Amino acid sequence: MKAVSEGKKAERRLGLWLCAPAALVMIAVTAYPIIYSVWLSLQRYDLRFPAEREFVGLANYVTVLSNSYWWTAFGVTTFITVVSVVIELVLGMALALVMHRTLVARGLIRTVALIPYGIVTVVAAFSWRYAWEDTTGYLAQLFGDSAPLTQRASALAIIILAEVWKTVPFMALLLMAGLALVPEDLLKAASMDGATPWQRFTKVMLPVMKPAILVALLFRTLDAFRIFDNIFVLTSGAQQTGSVSMQTYNNLIRGLNLGVGSTMSVLIFLAVAVIAFLFVKVFGAAAPGNDGGKR
Amino acid sequence: MGRAHRGSGRRGRRLRAALCAALIASPLLAACGSETGGITVNVYYSTEENFDQVIAKCDAAAGGRYKIALNVLPRGADDQREQMVRRLAAGDTDMDVLGLDVTWVSEFAEAGWIAEWTGQDKADVEDGTLEGPLATAEWEDKLYAAPKNTNVQLLWYRSDLVPTPPTSWGEMIQQAQQLKSQGKPGNILMTGAQYEGLVVQFSQLTAGAGGKILSDDGTKAVVDDGAVKALAALRDLARSSSASPSLSNAKEDNIRQEFEAGKTAAFELNWPFVYASMGKSNPDLAKVFKWAPYPAIDASKTGTATLGGFNLAVSSYSQHKPEAFEAAKCLRSAENQKFSAINSGVPPTIESVYADPEMAEPYPMRDTILDELKNPAVRPITPAYQNVSTLISTILSPPSDIDPVKTAERLRTELQDALDSKGVLP
Repeated sequence: MKAVSEGKKAERRLGLWLCAPAALVMIAVTAYPIIYSVWLSLQRYDLRFPAEREFVGLANYVTVLSNSYWWTAFGVTTFITVVSVVIELVLGMALALVMHRTLVARGLIRTVALIPYGIVTVVAAFSWRYAWEDTTGYLAQLFGDSAPLTQRASALAIIILAEVWKTVPFMALLLMAGLALVPEDLLKAASMDGATPWQRFTKVMLPVMKPAILVALLFRTLDAFRIFDNIFVLTSGAQQTGSVSMQTYNNLIRGLNLGVGSTMSVLIFLAVAVIAFLFVKVFGAAAPGNDGGKR
Repeated sequence: MGRAHRGSGRRGRRLRAALCAALIASPLLAACGSETGGITVNVYYSTEENFDQVIAKCDAAAGGRYKIALNVLPRGADDQREQMVRRLAAGDTDMDVLGLDVTWVSEFAEAGWIAEWTGQDKADVEDGTLEGPLATAEWEDKLYAAPKNTNVQLLWYRSDLVPTPPTSWGEMIQQAQQLKSQGKPGNILMTGAQYEGLVVQFSQLTAGAGGKILSDDGTKAVVDDGAVKALAALRDLARSSSASPSLSNAKEDNIRQEFEAGKTAAFELNWPFVYASMGKSNPDLAKVFKWAPYPAIDASKTGTATLGGFNLAVSSYSQHKPEAFEAAKCLRSAENQKFSAINSGVPPTIESVYADPEMAEPYPMRDTILDELKNPAVRPITPAYQNVSTLISTILSPPSDIDPVKTAERLRTELQDALDSKGVLP
């Protein structure tokens, strides 16, 4: 009995040693920058006024959290996140079902469906921009003499469209993995019992797929909340279409205000942490790497 | 399974080999630049036609003591600034001469990124250079850059529709509306999009009403009565029947194209590059394409215009400062400024160049430009200019929504926050 636990201890020690290099690298590349940006966020530190650098406590947080530009960007980001993730879930599910059920040319269909995900986001965003540019864009011309990227509502719609187009395949891929978990026997039994296709979908497939759906939603929500490249290329945040990441970039890189900019990135970090926490604790999404095997 | 493993192992090895090759190759590539052993002065400048020829001339003038290499910055002004700022903030020693938009000098100087011009270099730059452009290269009474080219906006109009150009903003709107009511092209084209171009309009209108946006030392947001009048003037134009439908989205090039089409517009407020362009794209219209001083709110101040253009600065981190100063002086010499003015259409900063007979043909409007240069409206000078400009263009957009008194109030508080680096940029 004792020998077994001795062996286990040794094994655990070895395990820790084997993890150590990876953990050290993680600390070096993530913990240090995070701590450094928290430290920067507590200072008045503007590269243009290097002489006036000073410790200001939480003043930057008060500034940002009481600012209407920040909350506008926050609202825009939340709106884009919610709308695009919902659309992606619906379309991704449809695509996953098609890919899962398809009988002919399965490989070809799966490959084709993944193409948008394989294109670099900035490149895709540029083609959307040119397509929607007034006077020269072929999509803009469908709507007559309009300049859709210069109106707030239509610009947001285009940003969401670009985002959805790009990530539906990713969503479909994650959901397809979930579909593979649904036992064929269960579906057959359900149809024997007289369940309609819709009932089979909602009562059998969705409950079995729940962990996969939650993981897919978690990944996409975290990603969508940090949206940057599509907005940067499509509108650069004009007409109040900027996301929180866009605003952080404007303050930190363009405005050179390290204090306020870092404050924003810390706030984004906190928001992302809250989203992850909600998904894992409230909805019970399995944390990545912990496949719910023990549940 | 085993086969799959082997397969991925082979692919892994191949990937590793490729990565190693790339790693080995990259230092070699980097070394290529400096293998000549001599000094290379790296010039970072925005895209300007034929500037490579100017570089080549100065490279030859150096007589082999050093080489001059041109590194072309991205097209967009924001992207140019960003690249330089990011590298300077990290103390990059590979940048020597920097092409700065006139509005960036104070920012770069205050941050300690560009070296002061002193002694003979300073005297050489000040000699013969127009005062307005020179002021854009100074910060706190020290010279930090050499003005390479300048720019001012003029009022461009069609002499077949407008026999005598208006002398004030109000008169211009009145004339335009009259044309419009006669069924003739009567639009006034202005850069009204949410960007620097709108800030330029606001700043020259404010100066043309005798007002101020910031205090002279750049620490206080003033936004006085003159600025309120300027806001009202912008709104009046945006709401008048003579405003182009695309006003709130128009940049320099959009309005140039609209005017060249010759269908809708009688007036255009724009930089002199439109003149050469009109000659090429619409020679018929070019015959009636005339210019006048920028119309001010107060007719006595007509011709007060904001200065644009580029200054050459030497990076504080440059390893070859003496050579960099010398190269910068060469790039902006009177001879090279004349070359650039004639071949690339950028107005010189040295007064004597304007008198050169070769300038007459490409620059028939040179006297008007020179008059405006001697009577400039300086854009707000502050190291936080970028923030000030972003805020102004955001708050003023779209111009038809301006409520002069309230907008001025908002400008005052938000600009003050930006100057104290307390503000948040949109």
